[in-house]
Amino acid sequence: MGKTLAEKILSQESGDMVIAQVDLAFAQDTTGPLTVRQFDSCGFKRLANPKKTSLFLDHASPSPNREMSNDHRLLRQFAQKTGCLIYDAGSGVCHQIVAESLAKPGDIIVGADSHTVTAGALGAFATGMGSSDVATIFGLGKTWFRVPESIKIVVSGKFPKGVYAKDLALHLIGKIGADGATYKALEFGGDGLENISMSDRLTVANMSVESGAKVGLFPADRITKNYLMAQGRGKDYKPLSADEDASYEKTIKIDLAALEPLVAKPHSVDNIALARELKGTKIQQVFIGTCTNGRLEDIAIAARILKGKKHHPETRLIVAPASQKVMLEAIREGYIQTLVEAGASILPAGCGACLGLHQGVLASGEACLSTSNRNFKGRMGSPEAFIYLASPATAAATAITGEITDPREVM
Amino acid sequence: MLKGKALKLGDNITTDHIIPGRYAHLRSNLPELAKHVLEDADPKFTSKVRAGDFIVAGSNFGLGSSREHAPLVIKMAGVRAILAKSVARIFFRNAINLGLPVLICNTDKIDDGDELEVDLKAGTIKDITNGNRLTFSKIPQIMLAILDEGGLIPYIQKYGDFRL
Repeated sequence: MGKTLAEKILSQESGDMVIAQVDLAFAQDTTGPLTVRQFDSCGFKRLANPKKTSLFLDHASPSPNREMSNDHRLLRQFAQKTGCLIYDAGSGVCHQIVAESLAKPGDIIVGADSHTVTAGALGAFATGMGSSDVATIFGLGKTWFRVPESIKIVVSGKFPKGVYAKDLALHLIGKIGADGATYKALEFGGDGLENISMSDRLTVANMSVESGAKVGLFPADRITKNYLMAQGRGKDYKPLSADEDASYEKTIKIDLAALEPLVAKPHSVDNIALARELKGTKIQQVFIGTCTNGRLEDIAIAARILKGKKHHPETRLIVAPASQKVMLEAIREGYIQTLVEAGASILPAGCGACLGLHQGVLASGEACLSTSNRNFKGRMGSPEAFIYLASPATAAATAITGEITDPREVM
Repeated sequence: MLKGKALKLGDNITTDHIIPGRYAHLRSNLPELAKHVLEDADPKFTSKVRAGDFIVAGSNFGLGSSREHAPLVIKMAGVRAILAKSVARIFFRNAINLGLPVLICNTDKIDDGDELEVDLKAGTIKDITNGNRLTFSKIPQIMLAILDEGGLIPYIQKYGDFRL
């Protein structure tokens, strides 16, 4: 019997329990302080692998208040003491930096952040765990896993005009449901993969956790190789694919050409509607960015739609590039100038408004259309606010009109 | 044998319901953080909960973030175990790592306020109020061992490594 990607990377069959060495373990500024405390409580004196251990100050960074400042100081001191990697304010969102600089096909990656699954785009078995689990990986270099059963997603065709990876991700979650893949791996395949760029794969892998999945895995192919080479990491490439005769729990087929712009309505990610059906829904804040959709390609799409236009007077527009590298390239390409001319507030590279801590906190009764991955009640500020999720194109179109807008109307 | 009252919650209780991201700056001040436990799901939760109570939820409990603070503030509120039809993967692992049992069972027949008796070793739940008996799904061996030690940190302190 052939092996799935998950079985290949974890070297065991689905259903088995394994103890595996971890190639990269990390925590961020809202989960890191507890990770550090649990590490100390275990009695660990040093990291198992300082160069495979990283801290990221991205969720509330630069710090918006004294409490976060103290947490940031704790993480900086831990990095200084242990010699682990640290990416401080302005470096960007952990998952984007992991993709650009750290993840390799075949790696096992564990982060104290649920969207660690993002690196599955590169063929890494990347999954989120809590602070205690990550603390023990910091100290031991390994952890236990149950090898998941896999659901195969077979993709064909090409994205039509106005339709993007975010729409694919939302379509898939709408189909599977918010818990339809709990404890399982999603594995992507099919001819259509050659039409899905690394930026798009990162978006899709990122959102796999919104269907409950443990990991969202793409094979490592020519697109992976080109991406790693563009990051100056060509040597990190190795091809990786599932065996033809691997066994899947089920197979879901998706024709990209049949997709339309979609929106996840409040307050769950599987509450999917067509963007055009929501016309007339007023939006007070548009947020473009995050580990889901804050890459150069996303910002380019938004800039093209907003070029020479202004955001609606009753709709604020906020843009956060996902990393320093994305920020620099967006400046070089003129996208930042275009967005500022359209009236956007540009945030430092990082998580920005995504989790309601700073930089765009919602008031009661307000609605936000965000390119992020979660629209849970209370996530971005007031529990009486409403969050809609959509692609950067839908976000840019909505910023112009002030109401949810199918981007094909303005393209 | 654990005894306590059922506090009923619905389906899809997210980690933002349990402890919203807007309080992330309080994560190094746990007593202050714990005051907000489940406030977006049930604003009266903190006044209702008593030490030894059980949370009895529907499906996909704890979906969302990896924040271990979610099961942590539930445990700090005195909740002795969580009963749910299904639970999100990271939350499940986090709760067990803190020594907080999560029991997967059909919670439809348990009403809010019912008196429950849970036998962790036998895998049974008795609803004293209505006389129903339930069983819960088997917990994997390594998680049982972690629960037995009171959580992952004491487990590692004792064994120094994982044992499958």
